[in-house]
Amino acid sequence: MKKIIELKNISKAFDGEGVLNDISLYINDNEFITLLGPSGCGKTTLLRMIGGFEHPDKGDILFLGERINDVPPHKRHVNTVFQKYALFPHLNVFENVAFPLRECKVPKDEINKKVNEILGLVMLGNFAGRSVTSLSGGQQQRVAIARALISHPRVLLLDEPLGALDLKLRKDMQQELKKIQQSTGITFVFVTHDQEEALSMSDTIVVLNEGKIQQIGTPADIYNEPDNAFVADFIGESNIIDGVMLENYKVSFSGHTFECLDKGFAANEPVDVVVRPEDVDIVAPEKGMLSGTVTQVTFMGVHNEIIVDIGGFKWMIQTTDSVNVDEHIGISLDPDAIHIMKKSKYSGMFGDYSSYSNELDELADAGGEE
Amino acid sequence: MNKHKKGGAFLPLAPYSLWSVLFIVVPLIFVAYYAFTDEAFRFTTENITRFFTATSNIQAEDGTMQEVRTYLVIFGRSLKLAVISTFICLLMGYPMAYIMARAKERTQKILVTLIMIPMWMNFLIRTYAWMTILQDTGIINNILGFFGIQPIHIIGTETAVIIGMVYDYFPYMILPIYSIMAKMDTKLLEAARDLGCNSFGVLRRVIFPLSLPGVISGITMVLIPSISTFYISQKLGNGKFFLIGDAIEGQYIANNLHFAAAIAFILMVILLVCMGVVKYFTSKTYGGE
Amino acid sequence: MKLSSKIYTGIIFAFLFAPIIVLLIFSFNEAKSLSVFSSFSFKWYTELFNDRDTLESVKNTVVLALSATAISTTMGTAAAFGIYRVRRNWYKSIFNTVTNIPMINPDIITGISMMLVFVFVGRLFGMATSLNFWTILIAHVTFCLPYVIFQVLPKLQQMDYSLVEAAQDLGCTPVRAFFKVTLPEIMPGIITGAIMAFTLSLDDFVISYFTSGNDFQTLPIRIYGMTKKTVTPKMYALATIIFFVTMALLLLNNIIDNKESRELKRKKKEIKGG
Repeated sequence: MKKIIELKNISKAFDGEGVLNDISLYINDNEFITLLGPSGCGKTTLLRMIGGFEHPDKGDILFLGERINDVPPHKRHVNTVFQKYALFPHLNVFENVAFPLRECKVPKDEINKKVNEILGLVMLGNFAGRSVTSLSGGQQQRVAIARALISHPRVLLLDEPLGALDLKLRKDMQQELKKIQQSTGITFVFVTHDQEEALSMSDTIVVLNEGKIQQIGTPADIYNEPDNAFVADFIGESNIIDGVMLENYKVSFSGHTFECLDKGFAANEPVDVVVRPEDVDIVAPEKGMLSGTVTQVTFMGVHNEIIVDIGGFKWMIQTTDSVNVDEHIGISLDPDAIHIMKKSKYSGMFGDYSSYSNELDELADAGGEE
Repeated sequence: MNKHKKGGAFLPLAPYSLWSVLFIVVPLIFVAYYAFTDEAFRFTTENITRFFTATSNIQAEDGTMQEVRTYLVIFGRSLKLAVISTFICLLMGYPMAYIMARAKERTQKILVTLIMIPMWMNFLIRTYAWMTILQDTGIINNILGFFGIQPIHIIGTETAVIIGMVYDYFPYMILPIYSIMAKMDTKLLEAARDLGCNSFGVLRRVIFPLSLPGVISGITMVLIPSISTFYISQKLGNGKFFLIGDAIEGQYIANNLHFAAAIAFILMVILLVCMGVVKYFTSKTYGGE
Repeated sequence: MKLSSKIYTGIIFAFLFAPIIVLLIFSFNEAKSLSVFSSFSFKWYTELFNDRDTLESVKNTVVLALSATAISTTMGTAAAFGIYRVRRNWYKSIFNTVTNIPMINPDIITGISMMLVFVFVGRLFGMATSLNFWTILIAHVTFCLPYVIFQVLPKLQQMDYSLVEAAQDLGCTPVRAFFKVTLPEIMPGIITGAIMAFTLSLDDFVISYFTSGNDFQTLPIRIYGMTKKTVTPKMYALATIIFFVTMALLLLNNIIDNKESRELKRKKKEIKGG
């Protein structure tokens, strides 16, 4: 596969505050890549650097092998769909989309043809004469995409483009964006803080936190084999328990030794153990590898989310069984339910549900919006 | 987070930078320069001293002649008339601004336009109109005479000058207060009522403190022009109440530029100090904004 | 509105408009008296239109106001853009302070201070009179500039900067992006600034008084001269005309304003409906 964009040892600080710290990354042609991370992780800055709106303090940006650090935005074969769309309010839908073509002095007939074609593609065929301020959020979104695509950029940068849409519309747009990406073959670089969105759309996900890359991989890799506690916690729900790797395929935690599928650790190396809530089986207390008391049950529709106190550590378990608060239950774990990670600076910061409440989580999410 | 790449400020800013230095900064330096030099541009403090020491004789009320410090008297009079006018403007303007801000949106627009109409007329004409109204044989006295009331003598009194000042600068008091009040969130007022304030309480404890920035800018917008005005006193005061502005103009006409500059300089310094004091107190009230 | 509010409003507006109405009425007075109305006539209007000097001063005032508006709007818009783009905060605050000076300073000081410079420079070049059209133009541009800048600057600050970035992203050079996107975005501010500059220049007396020479009289200076001597109702005729021109301008302004706000409401409705 051809590398279309390469970032080499990029660092950037604003007013002495480091935002990106030695980032190296390459993006393949025709790929749908997502930069995922909480607010302030540097993902938008990284995107703006590719677009040409920010300049790295250190490091190089390569486009098809050529250094483009000093190439201004209007000369880059890269277009952006901005967070709040940045549609020109003084121009109508047609003129917004035609904007890049008029800049390169494309003949009138061709502009008409191309604009109508692309408005058809984003299903806004009848909206050409409308004022952009009269459109709904979803429609504005489509205009922004059409405008960014019309000059056939090699790479399309999308800065949280779905953030302002409601849930239902967001799901539809996710599908549609993916479809557009596949049909045009343009490389998409997508920025989001929504892990579900990232998992469902991307070929590759880059997880960022505090200006550093935490992990790069396919959605399945990232979900199933997180590299550290931050990734495990940020992508989906995880119980993260202190453990000790006794030998290959054998790990001990919560006073019990489990079989697992991981190897390559030193004998008796302290590790972080990740268990996804949906991978835990509930059994009778005497049959369980571990046992504990249910402290909270929340009905979630598809399943119940329960919090179980096992030896002072609170686990989250998702189950379709019905259990009650104060019930004593046992749990059982298959070897492939257990994932072992090396200790990192994030160890011990995440993965314990003792202070858990849905409300708090939502508050944290809302605070995370950029 | 949104630290956009800025710059490219030099070229568009260059003409204005040059202009503001040449025609704003340099002229102010020139005021000081002229104030502290004599005809031959030699340094002197004589002009400044003259402002504080020059004397003249005026007739006191009991008919005896009195020697007074000319310019201090003029300045004191300017200050007195300006403060009285400003206070009357505030007293009359505050309720008006409040009524306007509470009116329907359409009414508000019409009222603002109506307030602005006299503002758009030249102040010379406005002042002149009052002169004809207040004359001894003017309309007021005609009307009074019609009802058989003794004519009153207003023109040439301090009252006439104050009426002129109030009339000329009244809109400058209303508009800033109104614009702050119109922006005030009505929910705040409802909240105050909800928490047990009566109408007067809402006014005193919520509306007035919130409208204070408007009041202050209204006061400065009326005080500064009325303290430095000329013409009004010449027309409505029959030239009997020389104000600081008239003094500057008089020296200008007499081609006494150095002394004119000295008076302007002193006026500027005093206003600067006043505004510094006002700013200090407002920043104290508003937590150092 | 409550009755008491209505009465109060009535009194205030009576105070504000009484002198103007008196003026209006007596401009049609046959007699010279300004207190007794004898009979209706256009005499003073005819006299006004035969007054060459006054007509000349009207022309001067308009020429001056148009020139001052054109210069101050162009320079002020560029300056606002420059101030907006300046990175250093202390630099910005210097510009803010300097720009504020002509707005806060009493007119008489602004007038005197500029006059001193003009006279000084004139003497330096050995000119007999140093005050002329150019000096009054410079003075008018100077006091109009802050109003333009402070109208345009907020519009720039409110503008979504990603619009400019989008334009550059889609192929505009920074300069083209300014003309194609920034300028249309801040146009309302520029227009308001220009209107303010125009009306301020039309109306100014004090600064003009100190910075104009004998060869260039504006209308306010002419009025000053006329009211210094004997009183004639010709002045009232002039004031009446100014009043109706002002009314017409304000009305026009209001109509445009209402149209805009109605359009805005319609758009808001459409968004809600869509």
